[in-house]
Amino acid sequence: MSKQQSLKATEAIQASLKKRYARERRFQWYGRLAVLTGFVFLFILLFDIVSKGAPAFTQHYIKVNVDLSQEVLGLDPGASEQEIFSADYLGAIKTSLREMFPGATGRKEKQQLYRLLSIGAEYDLRDKVLADPGLIGHSSELWLRAHSEAGSYLKGQVTAGTAESERKVKDLQMTWLDQLRDQGRTESRFNTTFFTEGDSREPEMAGIRVALYGSFFTLLVTFAIAFPIGVAAAVYLEEFAPRNRITDLIEININNLAAVPSIVFGLLGLAVFINFFELPRSAPLVGGIVLSLMTLPTIIITSRAAIQSVSPSIREAALGVGASKLQTVIHHVLPVAMPGILTGSIIGMAQALGESAPLLMIGMVAFIMDAPAGVTDPATVLPVQIYLWADSPERGFTEKTSAAIMVLMGFLILMNALAVYLRRRFERK
Amino acid sequence: MDRAEQQGAAAADATATRRQLDIRDHVEPADYQTIGTPFVDDAKMTARNVNVFYGEKQAITNISLDIGRNEVIAMIGPSGCGKSTFLRTLNRMNDIIPICRVEGEFALDGEDIYGGDQDTVLLRARVGMVFQKPNPFPKSIYENVAYGPRIHGLAHNKAEMDEIVEDSLRRASLFNEVKDQLDKPGTGLSGGQQQRLCIARAIAVSPEVILMDEPCSALDPIATARIEELIDELRENYTIAIVTHSMQQAARVSQRTAYFHMGKLIEVGDTKQIFTMPRHELTENYITGRFG
Repeated sequence: MSKQQSLKATEAIQASLKKRYARERRFQWYGRLAVLTGFVFLFILLFDIVSKGAPAFTQHYIKVNVDLSQEVLGLDPGASEQEIFSADYLGAIKTSLREMFPGATGRKEKQQLYRLLSIGAEYDLRDKVLADPGLIGHSSELWLRAHSEAGSYLKGQVTAGTAESERKVKDLQMTWLDQLRDQGRTESRFNTTFFTEGDSREPEMAGIRVALYGSFFTLLVTFAIAFPIGVAAAVYLEEFAPRNRITDLIEININNLAAVPSIVFGLLGLAVFINFFELPRSAPLVGGIVLSLMTLPTIIITSRAAIQSVSPSIREAALGVGASKLQTVIHHVLPVAMPGILTGSIIGMAQALGESAPLLMIGMVAFIMDAPAGVTDPATVLPVQIYLWADSPERGFTEKTSAAIMVLMGFLILMNALAVYLRRRFERK
Repeated sequence: MDRAEQQGAAAADATATRRQLDIRDHVEPADYQTIGTPFVDDAKMTARNVNVFYGEKQAITNISLDIGRNEVIAMIGPSGCGKSTFLRTLNRMNDIIPICRVEGEFALDGEDIYGGDQDTVLLRARVGMVFQKPNPFPKSIYENVAYGPRIHGLAHNKAEMDEIVEDSLRRASLFNEVKDQLDKPGTGLSGGQQQRLCIARAIAVSPEVILMDEPCSALDPIATARIEELIDELRENYTIAIVTHSMQQAARVSQRTAYFHMGKLIEVGDTKQIFTMPRHELTENYITGRFG
């Protein structure tokens, strides 16, 4: 090229430079904007859930001067434990409340008065008396659980600003609660009920214990089935299977399986495991099997990718000293691929933990109060519990829904963090 | 003709001259004859009428070659000439490539190594291999060497294993450098040390033949010199076949040299003769650097 030509080219390049750099800057801004938008939405979502869910972690208690005389409880002196167990605690509470607020005379007013305390207050009282029979015979100041509506007034979620007909806490109740508060007879405590109880019709008595146990057992079954089968399938397809039409077909099917809507797996579980094999309904066993079917493709695909990325030179080295194919895979390929396999499996598990649709199909959407003791006991899982509570109109369940979502997200973050940690740890080795 | 055109014409001329020396223009007929001495009296391994195909493509055409006992045979030739492929047929490493098909007769001490009853695990224990890129296992130095003996059950207790490991590392002249860090990962060593570790790993299973596929191509000159010294020492006890791109290396370490060209074995002979008086035009062109 002549000197003149190269000069011309330089000019042309210089002229275009400005435009090119401007385009690059613009593109970077698009990117930043996209990231920012994502963060804004994430923040709004988290803020909404946390602000709604946080109140669910506290619960209000009301101090009541309970008259536990034998006449009120309907007990004879020297009553047996069985008799103490079935004594009239509700009556005692009602009497005590009437004594505290003698102004409540009408039937409706009395009913409103009783509704200041939770239905569970009766059982709280019973447990206290059983733990300390010395309480019988005289009056004591005792802290009892407040009703969730009363609680929501004390938490400031309901105010007198709303028309009385549109709220469940009535004006009269509000005056009583104000009085109690002024006398220092109300207290906000950490809500242990939320973690120690199963589902309930009363928001202040409902908890996620059954759902937590159910999720744990379901994931246990899922992992026990999906991990070994998934890894074995991946190893076979990657290391041993011949490349032909059949294996191609299998590969395509596995990839397609990953895209099958999860509810289809639920239908399959219903038809095959419950109707044909007659496994128990609503049980984590069936839920786990169904979710493992759903998770298998994820585990197989990520495991294959992890096995594929192991350097062929390691395989050659092992084969070169006379290791058999299986020895090569087990001693050298799998250990190197393990971080990738584990990451994939944990992400698959996290997916399974958040899944609800297939479990609805196999009956894990039941109202269950007692925690399952094994994989065959009826249970529900966290996402399904969230779904159930989201369906309930009571204000107390709204906050419970968000709180359960917070717990679920906590577990998901924990699992993903575990995946990252495992990957880092293995990679350093 | 203006200047630009003149330059163009000159460049075209140069391309034409270069093309005369392009290896693709030297196609030997399929029924070519290998020049020199492919067969020896005391052969450790023999290969007869070998053809190797990758799918439809023929990578090796009708090669016959003996590897003598306790000799170092160097295989040289331009890239893609089939020397590595041939080397890998000798311990059936090509078996792991699904599309690869090998024809011909191979024997180790007169035993057919592609026969139905031949076990590749046993074969690879007898015919060890050192690869182009140092590829220690991502495990400790000790484990790297001990792995082969362990899977073959060569050591019955810890003391025996320690002895095998130490002896192998000594033979690979690596022991003194690593004796205090046997539990450190093998991948933490320098490139040259890694390659000697791979040699130690190969000799730990007491092979009879060691195949080396460009063992020094990823190493610096000092590390290369140490490996070459080592090859010379190992010759006493082992038969060695080495593929190399460096003609100096072939001249330094080997007794016999085989020149491969486009999947054919063109010439075999004493290393000295090949490098001083090549008989085939292609060999001469290659060793004088006319193409490669």
